[in-house]
Amino acid sequence: MLDKIGIAKRIAKEIQDGFYVNLGIGIPTLVANYIPKGMNVVLQSENGLLGMGPFPFEGEENADLINAGKQTITTVDGSAFFDSAASFGMIRARKVHLTILGAMEVSENGDIANWKIPGKMVKGMGGAMDLVASAKNIIVAMQHVNKEGESKLLTKCELPLTGVRCVKKIVTELAVLDVTPQGFRLLERAPGVSVEQIKNATQGRLIIEGEIPEMVID
Amino acid sequence: MNKTVANAEEAIKDIADNAVLMLGGFGLCGIPENCIAALVKKGTKNLTCISNNAGVENFGIGLLLKTRQVKKMISSYVGENAEFERQLLSGELEVELIPQGTLATRCMAAGYGFPAIFTPAGVGTEVAIGKESRMFMVDGAEKEFLMEYAFDADFAIVKAWKGDTHGNLVYKDTARNFNHPMAMGGKITIAEVEELVPAGELDPNHIHTPGIYVHRIFQGVNYEKRIEQRTVRKR
Repeated sequence: MLDKIGIAKRIAKEIQDGFYVNLGIGIPTLVANYIPKGMNVVLQSENGLLGMGPFPFEGEENADLINAGKQTITTVDGSAFFDSAASFGMIRARKVHLTILGAMEVSENGDIANWKIPGKMVKGMGGAMDLVASAKNIIVAMQHVNKEGESKLLTKCELPLTGVRCVKKIVTELAVLDVTPQGFRLLERAPGVSVEQIKNATQGRLIIEGEIPEMVID
Repeated sequence: MNKTVANAEEAIKDIADNAVLMLGGFGLCGIPENCIAALVKKGTKNLTCISNNAGVENFGIGLLLKTRQVKKMISSYVGENAEFERQLLSGELEVELIPQGTLATRCMAAGYGFPAIFTPAGVGTEVAIGKESRMFMVDGAEKEFLMEYAFDADFAIVKAWKGDTHGNLVYKDTARNFNHPMAMGGKITIAEVEELVPAGELDPNHIHTPGIYVHRIFQGVNYEKRIEQRTVRKR
């Protein structure tokens, strides 16, 4: 079974040289730490930056320079600032190659729910609806089951949707899966996890074809 | 073309009760601190605030919420603010949550003279309820888009880094965020800047918001520039 860092490391392997990538809050943010050295990847922060760098050194924090999670950050060489309309313009125009975000639920047809739990305080969708509606490729980092042990990979999402038929790939603590027109296709097992475990943790339609390899994570 | 006013009090003096305001900033980054303080002091009531966020309990728009001057918030993410939550749950405050890109683009549309725009954000979700939609071809496939109207705000209140007496604005780092599209989208745009210079001192090649969009400008004072999430790394 993978921990959060394991999920981030596995997702980092999906990033290709030359990609512009938008990372959501939580596990997706950790992915930045595992992008292979020497690979040219530019991180987009939807509040108006291409070329997001690491957190600043203590004492060098700049209130004017934050990421979409409102954390102080730095820029890297070749960065560019822009306004919020331009930022979502480049997202809508599909210039960003890959969006990585978290989810509460994903359905077998690629619907995603990650912004609202009815009855609880609603904080808002932020940029998530724009990102999922336009991204060329969306990878979801999530837990396979909730705290009660119930599957979050469903036939149909129960929570209010963020976007429809948009998720392409899911990486959980148990597995890597593609979302296909036929349902969730199991691609890889996490170390020490059996196909049976994944079957039991997946409520939506699961496609298992041939031998399912174990993930390779450095 | 001198747009200069003395201070925040003068800049906001004709903002009346029930006004619809656009307020620039993302989180606490690039917010018009001086104008917010002046609105609190003036006590203007029943405001509709179009702003990506709602500030924190004791800073930013949170200050206007605390004094119950806000009737309605139109935002994409309202975050962690206990007073906001209390007012929302008690029904004192109306909140319309919309996607962040839709928010930015509805501001931009107002500044570009588009009555409405089409966006795929929110298709198939509760955001789409009651909205017109249309199919367009995208990359060889039909895709659904929602029609979203340009905002019709009485005032836009923005914060820039530098500005000149003609109202030309330059922002710093990620503090540009909603300030630029809102500056373009307001019927009357008020800009507060950290440094106000005479016309001619800013390089015309480096202007972000052309002064035609700005009606009043002043140099703000005592910027706190509070940081919401201070994150650092070890040396």
